[in-house]
Amino acid sequence: MTQFLQQIINGLSLGSIYALIALGYTMVYGILKLINFAHGEVFMVGAYTGLYAASALGIDAFEASGRSFPLYLALLVLVVAMAAAAVLGVLIEFLAYRPVRNAPRLTPLITAIGVSLFLQNAGMLVFSPNPQRYPAILREVRFEVLGVIVTNIKLTIFGVALALMLGLHLLVQKTWTGRAMRALSFNIDAAKLMGIDTNRVIRSTFAIGSGLAAAGGILFGLDQITINPLMGVLTGLKAFVAAVLGGIGSIPGAVVGGLLIGLAEQLTAGYLSPAYRDAITFLILIGILLLKPEGLLGVVRVEKV
Amino acid sequence: MRIQRRTLISGLGALATGLSVGCRKTGASEIVIGHYGSMTGSTAHFGQDTDRGVRLAIEEANAKGGVLGKQIRVVTLDTRGDSAEAANAVTRLIDIEKATSLLGEVASSLSLAGGRVAQRRKIPMISPTSTNPKVTEIGDYVFRVCFIDPFQGRVMATFARQNLKLDRVAILKDVKNDYSIGLAQAFQNSFTAQGGTIVVEQSYSQGDTDFSAQVTAIRGTPAQAIFVPGYYSEVGSIARTADRLGLKIPLLGGDGWDSPDLFKIGGDAINGSYFSDHFAPDVATDRAKQFVANFTTKYGVAPSGLGALGYEAAEVMVDAIRRAGKDDPTAIRDAIAQTKDFDGVTGKITIDAQRNAQKSAVVLKIEGGKAKFETSIAP
Repeated sequence: MTQFLQQIINGLSLGSIYALIALGYTMVYGILKLINFAHGEVFMVGAYTGLYAASALGIDAFEASGRSFPLYLALLVLVVAMAAAAVLGVLIEFLAYRPVRNAPRLTPLITAIGVSLFLQNAGMLVFSPNPQRYPAILREVRFEVLGVIVTNIKLTIFGVALALMLGLHLLVQKTWTGRAMRALSFNIDAAKLMGIDTNRVIRSTFAIGSGLAAAGGILFGLDQITINPLMGVLTGLKAFVAAVLGGIGSIPGAVVGGLLIGLAEQLTAGYLSPAYRDAITFLILIGILLLKPEGLLGVVRVEKV
Repeated sequence: MRIQRRTLISGLGALATGLSVGCRKTGASEIVIGHYGSMTGSTAHFGQDTDRGVRLAIEEANAKGGVLGKQIRVVTLDTRGDSAEAANAVTRLIDIEKATSLLGEVASSLSLAGGRVAQRRKIPMISPTSTNPKVTEIGDYVFRVCFIDPFQGRVMATFARQNLKLDRVAILKDVKNDYSIGLAQAFQNSFTAQGGTIVVEQSYSQGDTDFSAQVTAIRGTPAQAIFVPGYYSEVGSIARTADRLGLKIPLLGGDGWDSPDLFKIGGDAINGSYFSDHFAPDVATDRAKQFVANFTTKYGVAPSGLGALGYEAAEVMVDAIRRAGKDDPTAIRDAIAQTKDFDGVTGKITIDAQRNAQKSAVVLKIEGGKAKFETSIAP
């Protein structure tokens, strides 16, 4: 029983990271009907920005002397990484997607794969392909509840993920930008006719989605101990599956999908075999596409003739 | 498209060298030894440290006038820890760089890929540290200067049973890696034969970063230690995950642990663990002390076991070329096969009929972020 609970805790923390990344896929898809395959790489760049920001703020000295890194500096690292990723996301949109926005749908998709490969290889060139240990931005504290080990890192992952998702929900539902996003997602041409600056809204969407991915990247580094430039490939794909599972285009769907994928993966690895941990994710993808292609919380869109 | 063109070119290249083998120039002014290793990637330390050892040995040989009156040039190609890339690297070393002998790889999976090419092209190859038995079974052109996994597995099983007095051990192996699978099997056979029990067997795949499911499963068993026959990047993460989940038992492993990165990634969590290796820099013969001093002066860091074995493999190769009397792959192969009582930095090397070296192993204990000599176990 304790083992089961432990696997659930591990699965939920992995799942909240998937959820943060899945939000970026789903927001962009909701508005542009584009699967932004470079999103996994934005997640990777976010994680590395966090690593370099932490070392610029002198984390090595803190680690060497055994003192914990101050919380305000940890938050600064998070903000810097999110900002850098937001800039990268906007840049990708401006340079790679905007020029082909009105081309047939296959063109931006292939462009996205190209950007993704470019960033993977650029990452290997700039950050070196060797895995790097993630600095201890948070000093680890362990609690034991009924034999289940919970760390403050896992709690922080839930907490940060939850806070960011709530923030996003408020932003989409309560602000002008959010309303504009929903309008674009409903009908981009009509939104333009209503005087909405569509480019600005798309830019915000990319910035917000990329920022969330960077937060996911830092949490991933804290949770998984090492990062490498190809970390975004599989994690990105799994987050994409999470977005599809929840219903691509649906923000609550991305959260539900992310948590479910994290749990499925962890329970498969724990009780079946770790060899199937990646397979289960894609089995779920095939299953959902066959049985409920609109996803768990997605809505069926009727094609207008 | 680009890939197709490249295959075509290397195909043509192979054809051209195939035709020109008969008239390979014997009067060339230098002898080329090819080295292929993982200079980047998750096993980058393996390739880099081996290459340092190789280059130190060749530099010393060249300073003494080279071999057969010629200078030796080492050409190193990166395999990025990928077996397809290892086969490509060997083909390039033979066809483009005109290497007449080869050194590499560290990882057994990669030596298997590269060794098959070397055997097909009949170019002698010495692997410094690939311990999987299948490597030298490829054929008569593939050698190694280290012990093999059935022995290494027995060493750690004996150590766990006799020295640590353990009864129950869990195994966590890398199922994508020939070395890890072979070593896990050897350990299991020997440990159970000595009356111990393997309580659970878990697995991961090279490149994984999340080990919490496996560690949680092991935590639910009465295991007293975990045998992790993997490579250092993953082992470091596994140690940290075990620590984080409150699993306070030592890890045991093999020579794949040998890298300073193990301590960087594993931190305090890896202290108190043990692994078998080829070489213990802290207790060494005069010859080894000299090597450690030269290596440290040249590179500013002490060698790991891989650096020592890279050095040794290069020395054996140079010695074989000298005894062969000519820069000819077949003559060099025959000379390597006759290597007997060669005085290497990690001990006397005699190549047996299976093209392996019979050597003893050391067990190292990790304390305060350093690997220290614990005991030595003879074959």
